Amino acid sequence: MIINPCNVQLTADGRLKHFLTTEGLSKALLTEILDTADSFISTQEREIKKVPLLRGKTVVNLFFENSTRTRSTFELAAKRLSADILNLDIARSATSKGETLMDTLWNLEAMYSDVFVVRHADSGAAHFIAEQVTPNVAIINAGDGRHAHPTQAMLDMLTIRRHKGSIEGKVVAVVGDILHSRVARSQIHALNTLGAAEVRVIGPRTLLPRDIGGLGCKVFYKLEDGLKDCDVVIMLRLQKERMQDALLPSGSEFYKRYGLTVDKLKLAKPDAIVMHPGPINRGVEIESTVADGAQSVILNQVSYGIAVRMAVMAMAMSGQQQERNERAQAQGEL
Amino acid sequence: MRYLHIEQARLIDPSQNIDTVTDLYVAEGRIKAIGRKPESGVVEESIDGRGQWLIPGLIDLGGHLAEPGFAQKGAIASETYAACSSGFTHVCALPDTKPVVDNSAIVQQILEKAQQARFAHVLPLGALTPDLAGEQISSMAALQEAGCVALSNARRPFKNSYVLRRVLEYAATYDILVFLAPDDVSLSASGSMHEGPVATRMGIPGIPRTAETIALAQMLLLIEQTGVRAHISQISCARSLVMLRQAREAGMSITADTPLANLIYTDESVTGYNSLYKVFPPLRTEVDRQALLAAVNAGELAISSNHRPHDVAGKKTTFIDAEPGMSMFDGFLPLAMQLVDKGELTEEAFISAVSTVPAEVLGMGHGLKEGSLFNAALIDPAQERCFRRSHLLSQGRNSPVAGMTLKGAASAVFVDGRRVI
Repeated sequence: MIINPCNVQLTADGRLKHFLTTEGLSKALLTEILDTADSFISTQEREIKKVPLLRGKTVVNLFFENSTRTRSTFELAAKRLSADILNLDIARSATSKGETLMDTLWNLEAMYSDVFVVRHADSGAAHFIAEQVTPNVAIINAGDGRHAHPTQAMLDMLTIRRHKGSIEGKVVAVVGDILHSRVARSQIHALNTLGAAEVRVIGPRTLLPRDIGGLGCKVFYKLEDGLKDCDVVIMLRLQKERMQDALLPSGSEFYKRYGLTVDKLKLAKPDAIVMHPGPINRGVEIESTVADGAQSVILNQVSYGIAVRMAVMAMAMSGQQQERNERAQAQGEL
Repeated sequence: MRYLHIEQARLIDPSQNIDTVTDLYVAEGRIKAIGRKPESGVVEESIDGRGQWLIPGLIDLGGHLAEPGFAQKGAIASETYAACSSGFTHVCALPDTKPVVDNSAIVQQILEKAQQARFAHVLPLGALTPDLAGEQISSMAALQEAGCVALSNARRPFKNSYVLRRVLEYAATYDILVFLAPDDVSLSASGSMHEGPVATRMGIPGIPRTAETIALAQMLLLIEQTGVRAHISQISCARSLVMLRQAREAGMSITADTPLANLIYTDESVTGYNSLYKVFPPLRTEVDRQALLAAVNAGELAISSNHRPHDVAGKKTTFIDAEPGMSMFDGFLPLAMQLVDKGELTEEAFISAVSTVPAEVLGMGHGLKEGSLFNAALIDPAQERCFRRSHLLSQGRNSPVAGMTLKGAASAVFVDGRRVI
């Protein structure tokens, strides 16, 4: 009766057919995503950046929540795979109920779409669509509520691997608004599966979800304590609304306690790298000198993002294609 | 006189401490004799009760019948039919219909519909505040006269402690029974499930236990101060039981119920974003579930249905967007019988929690004794039933038993002596 959420995204033989969450995926599969993305990084550096993997396929960017950066990297990724791409910004009106969501998706499916890239404000939205609405379209989760942002997490893994050699044995700290962060949750699962020595989350109690330690991380309330001996420091974006929600006193107070400054970064290992999913708030969660400094790999993350998105779209499409072929074969045999 | 004869059923009535295999004779809607057939008259119809339980009809302390106002979700006729199929003879209907049950005309309309449907008795719960807005006092005495057995604000909040105090004081003036469901919306409103590890993993905003316990503390203090007759509806937390126990020890006579779903499922059921398990109060943890079961076994808690039918659209959406509630009536009996089968509830505690205790809360005479109206269910604990989705009696498409085959069925149900199932 209870469906394991990670199984929805896999074919019967364990290949990716949707990409909804990093939770529950094997080390081998996550590594395959990273290896595939790695191979795309080299194609990105060529004069002709396109590869024909999704030629003739239609990718629909379905953004129920605003996003410029993620949407444009998905668009570029799809284009570089030679897919046709349709961008839809669907503001989620308060009155629109499930039927509207389902009808929208069914209509798009009827137009022979192959991949839906979905961003939605509700946790579980991508999962719901993959399981109950259009299971035969590859669903790529581009962020659902506070739940998951798996392509962001995987591009972070790729960044760590490329800059630190591997994820195994590394101490990684995630700092800031963990409560509202889908990125943090996806990172924690991926880091643990890929063998990080320790995953730390750092923030005030108001920005840490209840029982977050249960996901496989160590909780720190003081930045100074949490940064000690870290290989990787990941700063999260702090939304301005958090002050109004009575979760924080002020931006400056947050910066004083949790902002990453040059001095505080010295507590981490000397060769530690600094990451941020962007867009960054200079002077709120990170000092400009750090963001632009030698240890920062923030802009590299952006470039890797395209490669990772190419990788998961290609892999999920291939899983879907395999199931389509199997279905066609089964029908042929009938 | 012509009798209906129920032959050799195991008659269980916790209100009288009866548990015995016997014969029962019914005529003119009433129980005429238990044990031996009265000398005059003949048996017109005989029902073989061997191997079955004959128990007082189930009384639900809170279900949503969706009428008036939610024709796409349910109707009094369909929902009371479904209730009867699980052995219910009385259903307290929550007032959050559209329009709200805050005037006599609506009460009248509900009672008439129930009469026309001729299934379970519907006992309307009137609104404590107009439109359930939690701001002013409703016409309580008029609602009571119109036929409301008690008044409630469903799960809607009171504007502040002042309003709740005045509402309870006014109700106490007329000795009106109030049903209060503790929920501090400032803590619960942003949440969709129990706040805990499962919610954190799924990224679903949580409802902390304190949303219930803080509201309960406020209610208990004001109940004590005003001396109103009160029943606490829809308890979900272990801590609430401790608070209720303390209140009783301090001399308050306070009753409470828990929804059946909270005795069966925990927040783990929500894994996979299954919107079926989005209910308010939320499904809590195994610790809470065990505490609730223990309280039912100790006779401290009634079991209510919290039945809430929804159409497909209400549930077929993201978990956060889905409407809360489960359609419980079709599966109520077999689901509860599973708890009995597993030894989590004793037979006696279950029967008492769905008949004796609710009857006491409502101040109804409800035992199986000579002379009383025959409101009863004949239950076959061994009979298997298949709940095909298309054959469910409730209009709600959100039944947890859809597609399942379960043991324990009501083979006959009588409302005022009339056989409805």
